[in-house]
Amino acid sequence: MSRAGFWSVARAVGWRNAHNWFTNPAMFVPSLLFPLFFFMAFAGGLSRVDSVPGFDYAAGYTTFVYGFVLLQASAFGGIFTGFAIARDFESGFSRRLMLAAPRRGGIVAGYWIAALVRAAFTITIITAVALVAGLAIDGSAVDLLGLYTLAVLVNAAAALFASGVAMRLRTMQAGPAMQMPAFLILFLAPVWVPYDLLTGWVQAAAAVNPLTLMLEAGRGFLEGDPIEVLPAFGVALLLTAVTMLWARGGIRSAERVA
Amino acid sequence: MTEAVRSAMRSGLFRQVGMLARRSVVRTLRQPLMVVPSLVFPLMLLSINSSGLASTTELPGFPTDSYFAFALAIAFVQGALFSANSAGTNVANDIETGFLDRLSLTPLRRVALMLGQLSGILALGLIQALTFLVVGLAFGPGIEAGVGGALVIVALSLTVSLAFGCVGAFVALRSGSGEAVQGVFPLFFAALFLSSMALPRNLIEIDWFQTVATYNPVSYMLEGIRSLVITGWDGEAIALGFACAGGLAAIALVAASSALRTRMVRT
Repeated sequence: MSRAGFWSVARAVGWRNAHNWFTNPAMFVPSLLFPLFFFMAFAGGLSRVDSVPGFDYAAGYTTFVYGFVLLQASAFGGIFTGFAIARDFESGFSRRLMLAAPRRGGIVAGYWIAALVRAAFTITIITAVALVAGLAIDGSAVDLLGLYTLAVLVNAAAALFASGVAMRLRTMQAGPAMQMPAFLILFLAPVWVPYDLLTGWVQAAAAVNPLTLMLEAGRGFLEGDPIEVLPAFGVALLLTAVTMLWARGGIRSAERVA
Repeated sequence: MTEAVRSAMRSGLFRQVGMLARRSVVRTLRQPLMVVPSLVFPLMLLSINSSGLASTTELPGFPTDSYFAFALAIAFVQGALFSANSAGTNVANDIETGFLDRLSLTPLRRVALMLGQLSGILALGLIQALTFLVVGLAFGPGIEAGVGGALVIVALSLTVSLAFGCVGAFVALRSGSGEAVQGVFPLFFAALFLSSMALPRNLIEIDWFQTVATYNPVSYMLEGIRSLVITGWDGEAIALGFACAGGLAAIALVAASSALRTRMVRT
């Protein structure tokens, strides 16, 4: 089968999903508002946290929170893709799509393109709001490239994970199975304070949470003092590779019932 | 109207309320997807917050040295937000399935329908309040206002559940759609986030956020419950908590009743 078949399927599926997202307020508004509310609530309500003894992030609390919300928006941009896939299975569209698509890998690639468009749009809005709210970017252009590449990898891993779940379960009731792991990984990281200021079981969980490395690297890029770059990219690439296999298994599972 | 007729009407009303309340309570409690997340999510957030933000108790002026005690109030209000979703979804379901249309053909009184629908939410609110109270006593430093304070917390928590439940019912009756109720749900969470949820208002540094939190009634609902947990008997905080929750409940109840009247007339 030609490479053109793969990309034509990916483009068509990506365009359809991105179009659906932009033209359906019920999908568009919550996925944009949630990260924005998180940003405003944390950066506004918790700004005093930078006065806590031991808080040593020089770029300020707004930037500290932006580092988290950026990865959160990337992750949920990917997770919402799983909802779209489940909806397509429930409506019967996916069965028709699988019959028509010459390369089924292109279907997943298309959903991921839509996830990337969604995340890019949300991140653009959040970044604009953050800049107005006092986001201080001390990193260089290369640092920012590193930061947004990390965000793209998180988006890909989340989209592939959610695709795998949605294609196996093929129902909107699978929503919690997609959201809960993402929610747990995101919030069991140093969200509001640096790792050293965490206490109790959350610190223990953050120590083994792969997102901790990515979050610390992202915040380092923003501060202009990159840390844990190689381990963070290593973990992000590993997650993407594992979730790619997971999504491939999802396609196989969907093919069996298509 | 003679006393006998009034008595008969009252007993008829009570019977109608009782039957619909029973249906509402059973329907709510039979749906694990409504009950479990409304208990699990607030407790999970409480657990994560109290470990993640424990260091903020070192801020000068922070009212307690236990962030768990400070954050306990969030669980009660967050649970009540889930009640709004449940109430709205149940009412919308009754509209979508035609149950409300069939009821409108019977001599059922509107007030009975409203009270009956809200009973399920109060039952869920009671389960939530007791669960959060037990968790608070088990893992926190205790309730500063004692046993009486714990009872007031349950009462305030039920008032908050009723308030948000009425808002959810109003949205469902106006729109007749479960999707619209789900769409409004993020706005309830915005109200929680933009309050004195994470820090006391006097410690919020950003001016606009402090102003929003000061005008946000959710701040006073939180502070009413919080005062009983960490301060003891603070009459002003408790009164403001009940006033905000009760006021919202009254406004939303009137709005929901009006929406119900309109919907019944249409039918």
